[in-house]
Amino acid sequence: MSLVCQRCQQAKATVHITDTVPDKRELHLCEDCAEKEGVIIKQHHQSTNEILQQLIKHKAGLGAAGDLACPNCGMTFREFQLKGQLGCSHDYEAFKELLTQLIERAHEGATHHVGKVPATAGETVRKHAGLLRLRRELQEAVEQENYEHAARVRDQIQALESV
Amino acid sequence: MTIDELTPTTGEWLRGVGSMSDVVISSRIRLARNLADRPFLATASATERTEIYRCLADAITSTSAGSDALLVDIEQTDTLDREVLVERHLVSRQHVNGDGSRGVTISPDETRALMINEEDHLRIQALHSGLELEALWEEVSGVDDTLAKRLAFAFDRQFGYLTACPTNVGTGIRVSVMLHLPALKLTKEIERVARAARDMHLAVRGMHGEGTDALGDLYQLSNQTTLGKTEEEIIGVFSETIVPKIVEYERTARDSLAQHSPYQLDDKIWRAYGILVNARRISSEETQALLSPIRMAIHMGRFTSMSVAALNELLLHTQPAHLQKLHGKTLEGEQRDIVRAEYLRSRLAPSL
Repeated sequence: MSLVCQRCQQAKATVHITDTVPDKRELHLCEDCAEKEGVIIKQHHQSTNEILQQLIKHKAGLGAAGDLACPNCGMTFREFQLKGQLGCSHDYEAFKELLTQLIERAHEGATHHVGKVPATAGETVRKHAGLLRLRRELQEAVEQENYEHAARVRDQIQALESV
Repeated sequence: MTIDELTPTTGEWLRGVGSMSDVVISSRIRLARNLADRPFLATASATERTEIYRCLADAITSTSAGSDALLVDIEQTDTLDREVLVERHLVSRQHVNGDGSRGVTISPDETRALMINEEDHLRIQALHSGLELEALWEEVSGVDDTLAKRLAFAFDRQFGYLTACPTNVGTGIRVSVMLHLPALKLTKEIERVARAARDMHLAVRGMHGEGTDALGDLYQLSNQTTLGKTEEEIIGVFSETIVPKIVEYERTARDSLAQHSPYQLDDKIWRAYGILVNARRISSEETQALLSPIRMAIHMGRFTSMSVAALNELLLHTQPAHLQKLHGKTLEGEQRDIVRAEYLRSRLAPSL
């Protein structure tokens, strides 16, 4: 005999839960209801998309700015708001102002990359990234009153700038 | 190598070795990359999508990034095999459930899986059991360098690596560590972990979703921000700060349980074992929940009739797709529960 889902009373229960803490309790649910109840969630890494959705909703009253379109792929900012995904890499340039606000909120206030740079990227790109990283390191060293380290970083910055 | 050959083995994330493996089940690093001269997947036509797939599959399989790898074309793969890949943590559910040309290359030891056309053109993922983030970073970054010699990835001097979703922009890195925290759950101190993680801007979620009790007391910790920090800084927060701290909380909670409530603890362990050995029908969720106190007990030296390796094999092989593959045919939910109970009995107590 198969059990009927305790929630919708229709579909066959295939998810069975036995809680022993704090009290013994049994639940029999179909897969859809189990998902609705939050017992199982089929998606794995959703949270970042959810953050984005919240940020996008926050910017919903855009008006004319929403009609801004990327000259390369044709996607408008409004379409991006609906899909949650950009159309091409040129969108970062086309929507730069609107995206920067969104990126700042999503990344604890950061607006510039300081990590890895492709080995094949031009010399100027690598120099730029190196300087950004060092300036930030200098700022941190000053904040922590580590002046010896700050002086070393300052010399590194000057050396890189003169290349 | 085929998916059929992978199924009976345990898989990398359940090898049960590596640093702090009494609490840290596995660690994973994933990098998001896109080809510079191609549209992102949201606007790519079916033809463009297929071209991206071929271009990346070719670059991966003809270099050290994956010359020995198994290339799985997901469109050509049946539902059960797709589920096997999800259960082995080689691909995301989103990837197998998606549309159009897409695939994954899997290294023979399953430590490396490169997803093609998931949300971004390429996701380079490496997975090890235990806390092994520095080795993982070396591996994914090496694969990235190898591929960057043949392919131009979308990169901007301000925003870094450009991704389909701006939440991944910059480094494109996602670090995830899976933790087994039964004692903190039992002592109701799990909120301390959540608080510590929030303070460091990290996400904690139960293995099967957010806002729910974690199935089998497995929690996944991952970074939320990818921009404005170097990859080494992002990884350092995990390996030097937060993970050792949570591991210490969990070990302290285990010691405290052993010291203050040994009978309740052993009762929980042996009742769990009793059900696993005697059940005539059992769900995958209940199996995972019952294996959790036994895993803890093995690491605490309170349970010696099973090894961690054997337990991990049970955990993986009782999941729906693995169970059906090993049984040799597809089974309905109810039938699966009966077969699962038979499998558990045959492995744990063949005489019963």
